[in-house]
Order: sequence, then structure tokens, then C-alpha cells
Amino acid sequence: MSAILGWFAGIGERTRGAIARLGFASRFFVAVVKASGSTFTRPRLLIRELYHAGVLSLVIVLMSGLFVGMVLALQGYETLVRFGATEAMGVLVALSLVRELGPVVAGLLFASRAGSAITAEIGLMKTTEQLAAMEVMAVNPIARVVAPRFWAGVISLPFLAALFSTLGIYGGYLVAVKLIGIDGGAFWGQMQAAVDWRYDVMNGVIKSVVFAFAVSLIAVLEGYDATPTAEGVSAATTRTVVTSALAILAIDFVLTVFMFRGSVNG
Amino acid sequence: MSKRIDKILVMSSSPTPDGVAQSENAGDGSPMIELSDVAFGYTKARQILSGVTLSVPKGKLVAVMGGSGCGKTTILRLLCGQHAATSGRVKVSGKNIDEMSRDELFSHRRRLGMLFQFGALFTDMTVFENVAFPIREHTDLPEPVLHDLVLMKLNAVGLRGAAHLKPSELSGGMARRVALARTIALDPELVLYDEPFAGLDPISLSIVGQLIRKLNDALGMTSILVTHDIMESLKIVDYIYFIADGKVVAHGDVQTIRQSSDPFVKQFVNGEPDGPVRFHYPAKPLADAFSAGRV
Amino acid sequence: MNKRAIDIWVGFFVAIGVAALFFLALKVGNLLNFKEERNGYELMIKFDNIGNLKPRAPVKSAGVVVGRVEKIRLDPQTYQASVRIHLENQYQFPRDTIATIFTSGLLGEQFVGLEAGGDTEMLKDEQEIKKAQSAIQIEKLISQFMFNQAQSGATASASNSGNASPSAGVKP
Repeated sequence: MSAILGWFAGIGERTRGAIARLGFASRFFVAVVKASGSTFTRPRLLIRELYHAGVLSLVIVLMSGLFVGMVLALQGYETLVRFGATEAMGVLVALSLVRELGPVVAGLLFASRAGSAITAEIGLMKTTEQLAAMEVMAVNPIARVVAPRFWAGVISLPFLAALFSTLGIYGGYLVAVKLIGIDGGAFWGQMQAAVDWRYDVMNGVIKSVVFAFAVSLIAVLEGYDATPTAEGVSAATTRTVVTSALAILAIDFVLTVFMFRGSVNG
Repeated sequence: MSKRIDKILVMSSSPTPDGVAQSENAGDGSPMIELSDVAFGYTKARQILSGVTLSVPKGKLVAVMGGSGCGKTTILRLLCGQHAATSGRVKVSGKNIDEMSRDELFSHRRRLGMLFQFGALFTDMTVFENVAFPIREHTDLPEPVLHDLVLMKLNAVGLRGAAHLKPSELSGGMARRVALARTIALDPELVLYDEPFAGLDPISLSIVGQLIRKLNDALGMTSILVTHDIMESLKIVDYIYFIADGKVVAHGDVQTIRQSSDPFVKQFVNGEPDGPVRFHYPAKPLADAFSAGRV
Repeated sequence: MNKRAIDIWVGFFVAIGVAALFFLALKVGNLLNFKEERNGYELMIKFDNIGNLKPRAPVKSAGVVVGRVEKIRLDPQTYQASVRIHLENQYQFPRDTIATIFTSGLLGEQFVGLEAGGDTEMLKDEQEIKKAQSAIQIEKLISQFMFNQAQSGATASASNSGNASPSAGVKP
């Protein structure tokens, strides 16, 4: 009996912890937004972070996009050729990338490449008392350190997701048209007829923007809230990657239900 | 401002600290800092400070000493308003820190410099940018003026040549000196040093020690030095407070402390392993703790 | 890394990011067509059965995409499917145009095909295409085919009753 009660107590405690964490995250978000003024009046801070979050993530995102597109085309061909519908290859590649894979995979890559770096950097600054030093110098570390990194993440990820999709479509084009020999006109033509920029492209972009907010907030929050020790920072970095991945997938499901429900039900 | 810069130049050209003249506003005796009966604890159960009373006159260099974990650093955090005292009053130039508004606290912090235990240099900036940081954040000086000002500060700690280096390329002693230059960048009235000697070799240690003394006198600052390095402190400070178990247990000027017969001070000054400060963490008698004792 | 190099890299990053967004919107998503589409007009068609027609399915005339299906709902009075289509302004159709639901390929997507008639008066916004032909339902076709086969088989066996040679039709 007491074992069962203890089990329920455990669940209750975790729920309470999760809710408290969520509340803390939203308060932190408000604090970051409030302290964001200097990020935009002093673009130099933002540009430096854009370099670290965006430019340094370019290679991994572009390469992954290209390969994902090529694999999509190869796998898609296997299925489509059975129905004699290989002309629909462009549709298959473009829709899967623009709607789902672009925002989601780019988000996951961004979380592990840039998000973890942001957490580790802020966590380390906290550990070495750099944040405290700023505070004592009457400089708000949230405005000076956290906000530029947050906004750089928010700006970078949608671009990275778009680049991922673009390179993926190009990779699919390479395999489908250059390698397999599907007609290039059919590839682009069918794609353009089937992909709607409002429903598919815009919704994909909206997804990537939402992911960008989520991942960037998680990254700066975990860094700022890290236990100021070596283990604390490493645990926070791991949490950033894990929480971001789960958040991206969960949010993706919710957004997909709302965005594309109309076309599923008819 | 210009007077102060002149002083830095004079100071850095004179190799010995003895040649430095006392600045006119230093040592006029009025207390810059007053702590009266201050208590503080992160939790109710564990009180770190319980009734600390001390005062630091303007222009003086005062050391606060005690064993590791006795609450020295906490006193500094109270002074910069990072924590609020549970009870008692913390006054800086007559103003109670707990009663300061947000703006007042910020302006208090602008007039205050703090040297962190390991320097806390910004690792993503060069030495030059580190020293320029507080100036850039709080003033709108044109770039050439800022450049000269930063080089002057670096010159004062003897590291003008290291301006282009990254903190990771500095030795511990050099990093501490850069941090010192950053701390005094805005000519603070009050400087707090948190373990400035920790982890330094004897040469760097005495360089940092001399710099602290010189800067205090040349810039007319009031300084509080939190440390457990008794030998170095006795060489440079004006007055010493000893803290143990969250209370001031002894205080006096250098001469008094050297000749003190207080068992705590004697233990501390001579570095004896056992005395009023116990070697053993409170525990049951050894016989009870060993498994053999239970058989 | 000096400031200028960072500026150049970030500028490059933002430029190709924006370029990718434009690529997706224009080349993949056909944004230019969409603009014309918004300037178009809407027509109503009533079908007895729409099969698998979905919103956003293309509307074609002579194989050229001229618009899209906007909305599909069931008319509660007639129990017919009421389909609203959006056509581009540059394409005008006569009043006696015939709308048919076709399937591209055997299992492909369904679309609305418009076959222009000879009327001189053109359809205007919010008007209805009166002549509509429903989707061909494969299930109906098959059952019809089976029924016909069975019927012809039955008549064949009936007419051939008494004959020694077995018919190719369904055995009685």
C-alpha cells in the first residue's frame, strides 16, 4: 500500500517539478524579452552570436540537407516506381522536406550544434563568475550575454531550415534527374503544381520559427541555470540537447495536427 | 578624472610602493562601510553570518580573514548587493544597501569594483576588450580616448604589452592583474578583493599584493581584502578583522595582530593545525564510529 | 577572427538564408501563381459525388491548371456536394461549361476538369456551373462491369440451354 502511495507521490513530485520548471522558463523568457533592447540597438553583439549560432552551423546543416534529399529520392523511387508514378518524385521530396524534415531535422541539428554550445558557454561563464562579475559592474548579464544569444538562435534557425530544405530538394533533384533519369520538367512541374506556398512553405517556416524560439530558450535557460561546476555544465549541455529534441518533436506533432488537419479530412 | 590618470602614470613609473604619496581624500577617518550586527544564511538551518559588526574607514585597506568557508565571501556579496542581509544593517557611505532602489543599487555598483577569486575575465574577449568592457558599457567615450585609457590601466598593472592576448594565453598571476586593471577601469571608490592571492606563485602573489596597496593609495580608494593569506596581508593592509563561525573574533592593526595573544589569532598567524579552529569536523568519538566499537 | 570577417560571414549567411526562403516560395511553392490566383474569382459546382476530391486540388482545362478547389461541403437540402473553386482572372469560361471530376492516372490525385461550351456569355464571380459530371467511382464501375458480365452470361446460358457445348459465361 505504502509502495503504491509512494509511487503516486513520486509522480506528483515530478509533475510539480515540471510545472515549476515551465513557470520558471516562462518568467525567464519574459526577462530575456524585456532585456532585449540593447541586443538590437547594439547590433555588434548580435552579429557575433549570429556568426557562432548560424554561420558555424552552416556546414553540418547544408551537408545533412543534401544527403537527406538524396536518400529521400532513392527511397522514394523504390516505392513510386511500383505505381508508375516516378514523376511525383519532386512532390514527394519537396513536401517531405518543406513540411517536416526541413524544420525538424534542422532544428535537431541546430540544438546539438549551436544549442549545446550556447548552454556550455553561458554555463562556463557562470562557473568562472563572469556573469557575477558583470552584475557587479552594473551590467545586466541577461541583456549582455543571454539576449543576444537567444535572438541569434531565433534568427538563425529559420534560415538554416530553409537552407536545409533547399539543399535537400537539390539533392533529390540530383538523384532523381541526374542519376535515375526522371524527366527534369516533370520533377519541377509536378512539384510546383502540388506544393502550395501558403499551406506548405509558410507552415514549414512557421514551424521552424516556433522551434527556433523553443530551442534558443532551452539553450540559454539551461546555461543560465546550470549548477556552476564542471559536472553541472556538462549535465546542462546534455539536458539542452535532450529537452530540445523532445520539445521539437512534441511541438511538431501539435503544429502538424493544427496546420495540415484541413487537408487530411478533406 | 585627469588627476587620477596622472596619479596612475606617476605610480606606474615609480617602482617601489613607498614612493607613493597618500592621496588627499584618503584616510580622513569617516567610515565608508559599516556592518552592524549583520546575519545571513541561505537557509534558516545554516547561518553563515551571525552578528558581524565591522567598519572600514575611507581610504583604508582592510583585510577580512578567516578559514575557508567562514563567510568571508558572503560579506563581499552583501556589500555589492547580490544578497540581502537577513538582519542587521549594511551601510555604504551612510546608505543602507537593503533600502536602495534598483537605480541606486546600480549606481552603487558603478562606484564599486570587485576582483573575483579567479579574475572572472571574459574568455571570449582579448585583454584589451576585457579592460574596455566596463568603460564601453557605462560611458560613451570616443574610441581613441578609450584606447588610451585602457592602455593606461593596463600600464598601471604592467601588462600594456599583453593587450592583444586572450585570457587563456595568460598565466594565473597575469590574469589576476588584468582583472585588477578591469576592476579599476572606472576609478571605483570602493574595491572588494575576493581571495586575490589564491593559486598564485610567490612572485605573482607579491606583485598583486603591492599593486593592491599602490592602487588603493594612488586612487584614493577604499579597499576590502578577503583572504586567508596572512603573511601577504600583514605586509600590505592597514587593519585586519578575523572571522570565525560567522562572527568577528578579533580585529586590530598589523602591529596588534602580530603581537596578539588571542589563541585564534595565534593559531591563524602561525598556521597551527589544531587550536580554537578544530582539525576534526564535529563527529562522534572515534571508537563509536569504528565498526569494532559496535561489536 | 576579426570583426570584418565576421560581418562578411554573417552577411553571407543571411543572404543565402533569404535566398533559400525565396527559392522555396517561388520555385517550389509557386508563389507567383498564387498572386494571380488571389486576383481571381470563385464559382460553385454541385456534384452528386466527388469521390476523393480534396480542397486545393487543381482545376484544369485542357490539361492546364487554371485554378484550385477552395472549399467542399455537403448541401443539406439536395444532399449534393457543393464545391467552390477559385479561378484566375485571365481564364474566363462560358456559361455552358461542363465540370467533370477526373483522376490523373489510375490511382492518382483527382481534379476538376472544365470543358468550355459555346455560349457567348461568360461566368461571373459567385455563379454556378450547372453542368456537372460526378467522379467516376471505381467500385461502381467494377460492380457495373460484374453485373453486366453476369447478365450477359445469364442470357447467353439461357439462350444456349439444351446445347451440349458449355458456355464461356457464368455457369448456372
